[in-house]
Amino acid sequence: MIEVVNLKKCYGDLTVLKDINNTIQKGEVVVVIGPSGSGKSTFLRCLNCMEDPTSGSIIFNGVDIADMKVDINEHRQKMGMVFQHFNLFNNKTVIENIMLSPIYVETRRLKKAKSSNVKLKIKKAFGSKIQKEIIEISKTKSQIKEDARANALELLKRIGLEDKADVYPSQLSGGQKQRVAIVRALAMNPDVMLFDEPTSALDPEMVGEVLDVMKSLAKDGMTMVVVTHEMGFAKEVASRVLFMDEGNIIEQGAPEDVFSNPQSDRLKSFLAKVL
Amino acid sequence: MGNFDRKIELFKESFVDGGGYKTVLDGLQNTILIAVVGLLIGIVIGTFIATIRVLPKYKTLPKVLNGLCSLYVGLFRGTPIVVQLLVFYYVMLPLIGIKMAAVTVAIWVFGMNSGAYISEIMRSGIMSVDIGQMEGGRAVGLSYGVAMRKIVIPQAVKNILPTLGNEFIALIKETSVVSFVGATDLYVAFNYIGSNSYEFMVPYLVMALIYIVIVFAISILIKIMERSLRKSDRGR
Repeated sequence: MIEVVNLKKCYGDLTVLKDINNTIQKGEVVVVIGPSGSGKSTFLRCLNCMEDPTSGSIIFNGVDIADMKVDINEHRQKMGMVFQHFNLFNNKTVIENIMLSPIYVETRRLKKAKSSNVKLKIKKAFGSKIQKEIIEISKTKSQIKEDARANALELLKRIGLEDKADVYPSQLSGGQKQRVAIVRALAMNPDVMLFDEPTSALDPEMVGEVLDVMKSLAKDGMTMVVVTHEMGFAKEVASRVLFMDEGNIIEQGAPEDVFSNPQSDRLKSFLAKVL
Repeated sequence: MGNFDRKIELFKESFVDGGGYKTVLDGLQNTILIAVVGLLIGIVIGTFIATIRVLPKYKTLPKVLNGLCSLYVGLFRGTPIVVQLLVFYYVMLPLIGIKMAAVTVAIWVFGMNSGAYISEIMRSGIMSVDIGQMEGGRAVGLSYGVAMRKIVIPQAVKNILPTLGNEFIALIKETSVVSFVGATDLYVAFNYIGSNSYEFMVPYLVMALIYIVIVFAISILIKIMERSLRKSDRGR
């Protein structure tokens, strides 16, 4: 699903990622661990080109999205991302946060379909023999909004926050914010979800509720890439663990192997510190 | 204080009977016209410049435009407004051979000048919005422009509006230099009244009072605006 080929990322003279190659299969839960400054967050942010790779390619669903000519926004809609600091839109209510992008994307598609239909009709009226079909328009603008709203409420119900639909993010606790951030990403029906240290900014007692949402996502078969310091989560949920250090993937494998039978000295000393 | 009563008497004579109030009304109108239209032009120019200055600068065109905008802001912030007014009225216009009324020139110069300041106000307002807001928007697939329009700018406006009000107050007060190019403003009007009676104490006092009243009214408006903005900050 995502193929990372010779990925390199530099900030000026500083090389953060050195030639990374990896493939993430559909349905995998890949957990990235490593000391801070090892490049794991940068690696994750390169996957949806939040950071533009210095060189190399990111092949997502068959398209190299690291190519500057590609419409990155369209592909990002299929890659949900969850941040350490939630990044909910402060000027929008919870439900508006979730509906904003689905409504925007759908109405834009609707407008495009309508205008191309009009053009087609005019051309046909002048006897042009274009073989293009009229695009079927199944929804009106208000239906799009209604559907987005229903979908958002459904998602909120899933995380038990349907009563918070109309409050602003500033009135939520950290754990609630992060759960809303997760469903905001889910509202786009992404093919893959990227998590950038989703529990690092939370009070310890709120970590559990966020991890539970992530676990249920994994159980439903969502493809996930998770950068985290939660070793328990990695052991329990990961189908594969990547250990990164100094911009390289040092070791990878099933969690049992990585945690109980580390090969490299670097991973051994890391695990000794965190476990 | 008999002396002072006499002075008030003289002022009344010149203000009411001598038709001085007409000049004052003219001056007041010009002062407000220059400040208000100047502010509007400033907002247009400022928005334009701020937009260019916050653009990501990977490509050449934004870099060049950004350089030009820096130059513009540097020029207008680096010289006193009196100098700008004099240069435009006595140097630029004759050079390109256009005749323009002093008030019109003043409106444009004040507009361009406040554009430079407003662009900085807007830029800092936009920059003060957490970068995570933009990233959150981009991550759900919105383009840079849409994320800016729907998420960042509505939040930036809260930081911008109060400072914009201060800029308006500054403009109102600064208009007192337009007499340098012969436009009638409050100062010119009261100076005229004073020179009719050779008595300046009362006219200047009244002029100061008028300025204070205008500025006071505006600052009350700004306060009301700020309060209503803060209300929406806390949510419902």
